[in-house]
Amino acid sequence: MLSSLRSGVQSLWRVSSRALQTSSTLQHDSLFVHRDTPEDNPNTPFEFTPENKQRIDALLAIYPDGHKRGAMIPLLDLAQRQNGGWLPISAMHKVAELLNLPKMRVYEVATFYTMFIRRPIGKYHVQVCTTTPCWLRGSDTVLQAIKEATGCEVGGNSPCGKFSISEVECLGACVNAPMIQVNDDYYEDLSIEDTKEIIEKLKRDEKPKPGPRSGRFASEPLGGLTSLTEEPTGPGFGLQDALKA
Amino acid sequence: MAGVLARIVQGTKSHLGIAAPLATISNGSVRFQQTESQGKTKFGPLADSDRVFTNLYGRHEWRLKGAMARGDWYMTKNILEKGTDWIVNELKTSGLRGRGGAGFPTGMKWSFMNKPSDGRPKYLVVNADEGEPGTCKDREIMRHDPHKLVEGCLIAGRAMGAQAAYIYIRGEFYNEASNLQVAIAEAYQAGLIGKNACGSGYDFDVFVHRGAGAYICGEETALIESIEGKQGKPRLKPPFPADVGLFGCPTTVNNVETIAVAPTICRRGGQWFASFGRPRNSGTKLFNISGHVNTPCTVEEEMSIPLKELIERHAGGVCGGWDNLLAIIPGGSSTPLIPKDVCETVLMDFDGLVAAQTSLGTAAIIVMDKSTDIVKAIARLIMFYKHESCGQCTPCREGVSWMNKIIYRFVEGNASPKEIDMLWEISKQIEGHTICALGDGAAWPVQGLIRHFRPELERRMEAYSMTHGPSKAERLY
Repeated sequence: MLSSLRSGVQSLWRVSSRALQTSSTLQHDSLFVHRDTPEDNPNTPFEFTPENKQRIDALLAIYPDGHKRGAMIPLLDLAQRQNGGWLPISAMHKVAELLNLPKMRVYEVATFYTMFIRRPIGKYHVQVCTTTPCWLRGSDTVLQAIKEATGCEVGGNSPCGKFSISEVECLGACVNAPMIQVNDDYYEDLSIEDTKEIIEKLKRDEKPKPGPRSGRFASEPLGGLTSLTEEPTGPGFGLQDALKA
Repeated sequence: MAGVLARIVQGTKSHLGIAAPLATISNGSVRFQQTESQGKTKFGPLADSDRVFTNLYGRHEWRLKGAMARGDWYMTKNILEKGTDWIVNELKTSGLRGRGGAGFPTGMKWSFMNKPSDGRPKYLVVNADEGEPGTCKDREIMRHDPHKLVEGCLIAGRAMGAQAAYIYIRGEFYNEASNLQVAIAEAYQAGLIGKNACGSGYDFDVFVHRGAGAYICGEETALIESIEGKQGKPRLKPPFPADVGLFGCPTTVNNVETIAVAPTICRRGGQWFASFGRPRNSGTKLFNISGHVNTPCTVEEEMSIPLKELIERHAGGVCGGWDNLLAIIPGGSSTPLIPKDVCETVLMDFDGLVAAQTSLGTAAIIVMDKSTDIVKAIARLIMFYKHESCGQCTPCREGVSWMNKIIYRFVEGNASPKEIDMLWEISKQIEGHTICALGDGAAWPVQGLIRHFRPELERRMEAYSMTHGPSKAERLY
């Protein structure tokens, strides 16, 4: 609703002022500020589970004394996972308390990184890569297919509450373009049919098989290897003289 | 990403005053540099027995047993016992240049760490925050050959006397981080790392730190900030990380591929590695070929292989044939594109691409055929940079937004031809005026577009004014 209001205001603006400043805003990002909502306010209780407390100890152990703050991103990630994929402000406060930091230091980090989602989202967070390599291979049609199949807009939740869609920047699987990420798994080499099938399966809470859909295993050329056709060489192959006893 | 995001020039000149051959590489056209060929004139294809990443496609077991069967962790103890100078010398002989994009000589970088100790611990940081559009090579290493990386950390750590390695992996790579974590756990259990690593008497830890989705964290100082639990905003240099880095201690940041090839270089010898590619561009390299090719793939090839041969041999050629080629981005999104006539002959190495007014970057080749809306393709990249700018330096934060606004009008042609020069000027005002090289990386694609596709931009503007009347920009300027 907010976005339609905004574009409405913008179209008014466009008429009345210089066109140079009014190219359309592309909405990638969430709001930077926090607004109290019934689901997300400082009074919402948040406590790490006992298993996660063990994980926290393990995470804190890898940073040297005096620099335990390094565990900030892993802890926020843990909190987000525990809370069903999004990060309430009370979890940020909890992390600040654990790391003995001012709350602001945690807010800074939570707003800087795009993987921290500060609004309730669906069970399946579908992230569509639309950066140039994926766009060249048709990510726009994939995004469109996902929007239609879920009835969800980019940056919003689907009416059933199960899906959220984000348009994201390069996810680092460019030779397997176009691709999407659903929660932690990559689905690659997608066609529109594959995309629809994935969404249908998720609607039934079945887990589609992650990975490339074109029949290849990983990033090898489809239709026959052009390299690495021989068996790998064994230990000591081509050992230089200096190491030979 | 981010090698492209590391400015070599500043590093070398102001850091140590070295008159390295690399010091001549600077921005823009000054970067032109000739490499004389010494004997070898044909580069590629590589024999399978000369490939470093033998499990690139995940067809074999990636865990410790499989890795050892492929020769990883073989005689690691002997390599460690050869000592710091020997390892650094092997790396120097090999001519290995950083694989993250900037191409700084790795042996030299490691040798910066061997100053007399002042009691602070030293750290190795591995940059696995792979986010440069087009690049997906480190992902294959981490999920299919993680032991190469773990062993590389140990050897690199020994070479610089580090006590621990932090591998900063981008948060989206959850499954890759999980494979890597398993490999590290296996190595600890087998006594290969940890206390008395490989029985060499040297203690070394390897930790994984997952990021949370920020391209800028591929810049080395931003990455360090991020491990320290702060916003990933690059630091001013100097002090360089080799003096004050992670947790205030001397630190070296290397790309995954750089670290992962180090054990093989030590085992087979620097000379072996240097025998591939042209002088000063030696070695093998992982190439990612994406976009409009018949079979996009990641492949390890010899450096200096001709671009055309690389695409036709491994990627099944351009969709619709070579003549259907429009342009290629040869080294990840930050590098300027090159049109078809340059692609015919250009060699894929640092010097060859610099001569073509572009850069090797991460060797991520994005192919665009004639069906591509080239302006939109570049506009989408600028939107990427607009999204990923950390907002610390004004030229980048504001300038990239302006470029984004202007170039999206260029897509339709709703602009004045005078604005092409204005856009060029903005890009020049961003380039070199920011703390890190993200600004440069955002400016170069635009410059490449204007350099090679100016007639296309003008044609669109003309077509727009034919149908819509003169654009507002035309009336204003």
